Amino acid sequence: MSLRMIYIASNTFREAVRDRVLYNLIAFALLLSGAAVFVGQISIDIERLVVINLGLTAVSLFGIVIAIFIGIGLVSKEIEKRTLYTVLSRPVRRWEFIVGKFLGLAGTLVVNTFFMAIGVFGALLYVSHKFSAADALILVALYFIILEFLIICSLALFFSSFSSPLLSAVFAFSLFVIGSFADDLRGFAALTHGVTRWFATAAAYLVPNFSALNVISAVAHQQPLAGRLILQNSLYALFYTAMALSSAVLIFERRNLK
Amino acid sequence: MAAIEILGLEKTYMVGFWRKRPKRALQPLHLTVEEGEIFGFLGPNGAGKTTTLKMLMGLVFPTAGTARILGHEWSDPEVKAQIGFLPEQPYFYDYLTAHELLEYYAQLSGVPGKERKRRVEEVLQRAGLTDIKGVQLRKFSKGMLQRAGIAQAILHNPKLVFFDEPMSGLDPLGRREVRDLMEQLKQEGKTVFFSTHILSDAEALCDRVAIIYKGELRGVGAVADLTSTVQGKVEVIWQGTRIPASMKALGAECHVTGDTVRAVLPENQQDAAIDSLRRERIRLIAITPLRTSLEAYFVEKLQHSQTTAGKIS
Amino acid sequence: MTATRRTTTIAFVCLALSMVACVFLLRHMDQIGPQATIEDALYINSPRMIKRASLGFEGVMACIYWTRTVQYFGHRHFNAAHTYNELAPLLEITTALDPQLLPAYQFGASFLAPAPPNGAGEPERAIQLMEYGIKNNPSNWQLYYDLGFVYYTEVKDYKKASQIFAQGSKVPNAHPVMKVLAAQMAEHAGEFSTARLLWSATYDSSRDPDIRKSALEHLRAIRVDEDVTHLQSAVTVFGKRNGRLPSSIGELALAAHLPGIPADPDGHPYRLTPEGHVEVENPDDFKFLTKGMPPGYKPPALPQLHVEHNQ
Repeated sequence: MSLRMIYIASNTFREAVRDRVLYNLIAFALLLSGAAVFVGQISIDIERLVVINLGLTAVSLFGIVIAIFIGIGLVSKEIEKRTLYTVLSRPVRRWEFIVGKFLGLAGTLVVNTFFMAIGVFGALLYVSHKFSAADALILVALYFIILEFLIICSLALFFSSFSSPLLSAVFAFSLFVIGSFADDLRGFAALTHGVTRWFATAAAYLVPNFSALNVISAVAHQQPLAGRLILQNSLYALFYTAMALSSAVLIFERRNLK
Repeated sequence: MAAIEILGLEKTYMVGFWRKRPKRALQPLHLTVEEGEIFGFLGPNGAGKTTTLKMLMGLVFPTAGTARILGHEWSDPEVKAQIGFLPEQPYFYDYLTAHELLEYYAQLSGVPGKERKRRVEEVLQRAGLTDIKGVQLRKFSKGMLQRAGIAQAILHNPKLVFFDEPMSGLDPLGRREVRDLMEQLKQEGKTVFFSTHILSDAEALCDRVAIIYKGELRGVGAVADLTSTVQGKVEVIWQGTRIPASMKALGAECHVTGDTVRAVLPENQQDAAIDSLRRERIRLIAITPLRTSLEAYFVEKLQHSQTTAGKIS
Repeated sequence: MTATRRTTTIAFVCLALSMVACVFLLRHMDQIGPQATIEDALYINSPRMIKRASLGFEGVMACIYWTRTVQYFGHRHFNAAHTYNELAPLLEITTALDPQLLPAYQFGASFLAPAPPNGAGEPERAIQLMEYGIKNNPSNWQLYYDLGFVYYTEVKDYKKASQIFAQGSKVPNAHPVMKVLAAQMAEHAGEFSTARLLWSATYDSSRDPDIRKSALEHLRAIRVDEDVTHLQSAVTVFGKRNGRLPSSIGELALAAHLPGIPADPDGHPYRLTPEGHVEVENPDDFKFLTKGMPPGYKPPALPQLHVEHNQ
C-alpha cells in the first residue's frame, strides 16, 4: 500500500485538531469530575457504578457526535469547497482518499478516547481509592466503544460521499439509534410474514448492530465478557466498516465533481 | 511525442428536475498539443474550457471519447505525477499554512522525503510568496492564493502544467511575473497548457492557440497564422475638423467631434495614415489600437456559425 | 478506464464479501443468544426509571420490551429452562410503559403463573399484573378473564375465580362466556367440562400462538383425562359385574357398549394393563396429563415435538 493514505489520514487528523475538536475533552473532564466529586460526597454506595456508567456513556455519546459531525463533511466539504481538485490532480487514487479520510477520523477518535479513558480511570480512582482487577473490563468496554466509532465513521463517510451534510447527519444519527435496537429489530422481523418479512429481515441485518457493542451496564456490574464475544464483535465491526467503505468507494469513484 | 492528445472528448449533462434534458457542455473535441509549447485554450466564460480541463484531470467523466497525456491513458494515475494543475480560483485547506500545504502536496505527489523541504522553499520563492511562514491560508489575499496555486502546480517538477485562468486575481506586476514564469517553464522544456479569456496574454505567450465557444472548437493554430487572416484596427485622432482625401482613400471611417476628428482604419494602414497627416501638416493627437489581431480573429470566429474542426499542423 | 474498473471490481467484491460476513456473524451471535454474553439480567428493573429514560417515547419502548418479552420466553421455553426470572420484570416494564398493551396481560396470565418449565411459577405476580391491568383498562372484560384464569388454573381458588368471572361479566360488552364460567366455577369447579370451557375460551380469544398452543395441549390432556376417568370407572363396573378384570381393552369396549376401540386424540388406542389400569400409549405426547400415565412415569426433560393433528 502506498503512504498516500497515511498522509491523507494525518492531514485529516490535523484538520480535526485545528478545528478545535479536542476541546470537547474539556467539557468531558468537567462533566466527569463534577460527577465524581458529587458522588464521592454523598456516598450512596454506588459510586463506582455511577462513574463507570456515566463515564463510559459520555465517552460513547461524545464520540458518536464527533464522528457524525466531522464524518458527514469529510467528502462533501471537500467537494463543496473544491479543495479536492488539487488533491485528485495528483497521483492519489479516489479510493485512497476515502480510506485515508476514514483512517484520519478514526485516529482522531481513538486519540480522543484515550484521553477520555484516562479521565474515567482517574475519576474511578478518586471515588474508589484503588483499582480492582475487574476494572480491566473497562478497557474492554472502551474497545467496544471504539468499534462503535469505526462503524459510525464509516457510515458517516459513506453518506458524505453522495449526500449533503444535513441529510448525512440525519441518516447517520438515525442508524445509530436504530442500531442500538438492532437485536429487537431482528426479533420484530422474525415475527412478520411474506414479503414484509423479506424486507424487514434485510433491513434488520443491514442496520449496524450496536446493541451487541453496548456492554457498559455489564461492565459496570463487573460481568465478565466471553472471549468469543469479543472476537465476534471485532470481526463484525471490521466487516461492517469494510462494507460501508466499499460502498463509499464505489459511489465516489463514479462521482463527477462540480 | 504529443504532450496531450484529445480524441473526441465529449460531455453532456442531464439537467432538469428529472434529469432528462441533455445539455451539451462540450462537443466532441479533437486537439493535439505538442511537447515544449505553450498552448492557449481560449474562449469566453462558459465555453467549455474548464470542463475540458476537469475531464483531463479525471475530476469529471466524459460522456464519450478519450485522451492521452504524455503518451499514457489519461486515467492512468501514475501520469499525474508528471502533471501539475492550477484550477480556476483555487481553494485550499485554509487551516494550513502555505508551507504545510505544499509539504502535504509534495507527499501526495511522491516527492522524496529529503527533497520536500527544499522544493517547497524553491517554488514559494519562484511564485513570489515570501514572509508567509506560519500564516494560515485563510489569511491570504486572492493574489497570494493564486501564487500558492502556481507553487503547488510546479512543486513536483512536472513535465506538463495545466493552468486555468492563471492571471486571475493578480495585479499587473503579478501578471508579468506569471508570464515570465511560463516562459521560464518553456525554457526548461516543459509544456504549458493554459486557458484564459484574456487574449492579450495569449497573444504574448502562446505558440499555438485553440478557440472554443459554446462547447465547440472554432479554430486552432499558431498565433501568427491565425492573425494573418484578420486585421486589427487602430483609432487615429487629430486636431481640427479637416479630413484629408488621402485618409479617405485609406478607407477610414471618420467622425468629427468638437474640434477633433476620430478615424478608424485597419492596422496595416497605420503608417500611411501618419504620413497623410504629416503631409497635410495636421496635428496628431493619438493613435490607439482598438483591437489586437487575435481579438479580431476571436470575434470573427465567435460570430461564425460554422465550426472549424481539426488540427492544423 | 482499467484502473477504475479494477478498483470497482475490488470494491464490489469487498462489499459482497463483507455483507455476507456480517449476516453470517449476526446469525451466529443470535443463535448463541444471551448465554454467550452476560447473564440476561435486566440492570434497570425499575419500570419507573425506564419510563423516565424513554424521553416520551414510551409507546415505542413498550413495543420493544414486549418483543423482548416474547423472545425471552420463547427462547427459554424452547430449551425447557427452569428459571424465568426476568419474565415478571419484563412484563411489568412493558405494562408500565404502556398500560394498554393488552396482549401482555394475557401473556402474563398464561406464562407467569404456571410452574416451570411451562412458566415462571409466580402466580402472585401474575395476579398483581392482572389487577394493574384491570385498574388501567376498566372497560376491558378480557382482563377479568385473565385474572380469573390464574385463580382457577394455578391458585385453584375456585370461589375467587367465580367472583372474578362474575365481575367481568358485568362489564359492558362482556362475552357471554363470562357468565357461564362464573356459574360453572361456582358449582362445577373441579369438573372436566369447566376446564374444557375455560381452555376453549382461551384458545378462541387469544391470537398469541404460544398461548393457543398451550391451550390446545391442555384440551388434549383434558380429553385424555376424561377418557381415562370414564374407562377406569367402566373397568370398575366390569369388575363388579364379572368378578374379574377385563382381559383386553376390546373386551371392555364390548361390555361397555362403546362404538369401537377407544382411542386417544392422536388415534392410538388406550391400553389396559393386567392390573386394570387404563393407560395412554404415548404419555410423552401429552403435556399436562394427570391420569393415564404408567406408574412411576416422569415427564421428559425436554418437550417432545408434537405433531399437529386435525381436531
